[in-house]
Amino acid sequence: MKIVVCVKHVPDAQSDRGFAADTTTDREAVDGLLSELDEYAVEEAVRLKEAGEDVEVIALTIGPADARDALKKALQMGADGAVHVSDDGVHGSDAVGTSLVLAKALEHTGFDLVVTGMASTDGGMGVVPAMVAERLGLPQVTYAAEVTLSGGTGGTVRIRRDGDASTETIEATLPALVSVTDQINEPRYPSFKGIMAAKKKPVEELTLADIGVEAAEVGLDGAWSRALQADARPPKAAGTVVVDSGDGAAQLVDFLASARLV
Amino acid sequence: MAQVLVVVDAVPGPESSGGVVRKAYLELLTLARRLGDPVAVVFGSPEGADAPAALAEHGAVEVVLVGGSDVTDHLVAPKSEVLAQLVAERSPAAVLMPSTPEGKEVAGRLAIRSGSGLVTDAVDVTLEGDQVVATKSVFAGSYTTRCAVTHGTPLVAVKPNSVAPEPAPAAGTVTTLTPSVSEQAKGARIVERTDKAATGRPDLAEASVVVSGGRGTDGDFSAVEALADALGGAVGASRAAVDAGWYPHSNQVGQTGKTVSPQLYVAAGISGAIQHKAGMQTSKVVVAINKDEEAPIFEMADFGVVGDLATVLPAVTDEVARRKG
Repeated sequence: MKIVVCVKHVPDAQSDRGFAADTTTDREAVDGLLSELDEYAVEEAVRLKEAGEDVEVIALTIGPADARDALKKALQMGADGAVHVSDDGVHGSDAVGTSLVLAKALEHTGFDLVVTGMASTDGGMGVVPAMVAERLGLPQVTYAAEVTLSGGTGGTVRIRRDGDASTETIEATLPALVSVTDQINEPRYPSFKGIMAAKKKPVEELTLADIGVEAAEVGLDGAWSRALQADARPPKAAGTVVVDSGDGAAQLVDFLASARLV
Repeated sequence: MAQVLVVVDAVPGPESSGGVVRKAYLELLTLARRLGDPVAVVFGSPEGADAPAALAEHGAVEVVLVGGSDVTDHLVAPKSEVLAQLVAERSPAAVLMPSTPEGKEVAGRLAIRSGSGLVTDAVDVTLEGDQVVATKSVFAGSYTTRCAVTHGTPLVAVKPNSVAPEPAPAAGTVTTLTPSVSEQAKGARIVERTDKAATGRPDLAEASVVVSGGRGTDGDFSAVEALADALGGAVGASRAAVDAGWYPHSNQVGQTGKTVSPQLYVAAGISGAIQHKAGMQTSKVVVAINKDEEAPIFEMADFGVVGDLATVLPAVTDEVARRKG
């Protein structure tokens, strides 16, 4: 049984993120790392492997050379192998283009289950899992807080999803796509053994041509939406801060009243 | 004038409280009127016969009711399939949906199916010439971008509280559609649904006032809840408070929880880490209460009190109640 976990290398959210001249995300100016929300996906895939028999976990990413760092982390956490789609033609792809490359790469690697995070921490749209599922004709069982597999290849995946108004149990027949939330597990820190083992694990490098994607279908020119303009938000004017010496609450309510909020 | 499809989800579940026409949909109708004639596409069965009337009151020229268990018992894909058929039949100027997890996924599958570009998390939508332009706030509010769809039908997922709903009575002709959904779209089956107890408070994502508690509450949210109730608001929580098990994840405000943009956001005992900021930076007015005068939340607060929330919050609640008389 093969589980492919899709991961993204993103600019560190703690740093000053911004845009390049072509209004794409600037991936040069700040350090990148494995998207925090994807750590939960890697962890869950590795746990499913540990709980099952004969399960192989492959980490898949798209991105420039640096994106290999995200795969390295996934391998250190316990993935068995990795696939890196690296091609200059990918630069500037929107979610539609990204989902095409992922879908074609998934067809190339083969899979029983695709696992993703709930969203990236940079673009943060949360639509790529649904788009990949649509392209591959897969059932999508998304925002899982718990995942159970039964029956191996051709078996069933069952998830629990916690919503605002209800908790749902959702089932699908494999092959299927699952996205997981940050509530599902506590991602492990790679162990020394894991770090050493990762050095020997295979990373397959692929170009767009290798997976049958035309350059014109992706990248900035192939995108179906684009940012016309990106402006840094002006710094917020400093507000009033008072130190409470008994009348802090009254001052606060005075402020609310002056802003017509009470 | 071209039609604009507005997706209204009345299916019980994470995105719906079970049928009333929520404010977010009236907001979508208000924005849709800028682009063309709004047609409300209602999934599930809205409770109460006045739901189509409420949609008509806010500008729906037509209300398409889409029912049947094919739609209500499966995730996302059947809705995208029905919308793709409607897009093909009606060639709308745009499709608007709420920027909720489910709304965005419906839009994602629809984008692929209908060959259309997609913008999510929009806080404004305008027509510039013949181009639909959506505004969004990105990178935890440090940038504002203006985005356009350049292929197919513009699909725009809009965040709640982006516009004040305005009545604009229209015909609201009701039609009923019982769709035939493909077997492939029924792959994700909802086999069990347990409703949570209602809190009686407004929905967090839609509320005009949100009072949130963080690490500084030490696990006691009673003062946070009391102020929320005095202000008629919803209760939020920081990730630290949720991770500590003090409040449910469904109330988490931040990058991995809800993004809110209320008229008033009160942060009590929340330091204001980037993860939290990402979820509340579009709030109109921010008030912070924190013991630590160095807390980053004060940098984005319109009014801040350096003090102990255990004494300040109840005093604020009492003062609000007193002034309301």
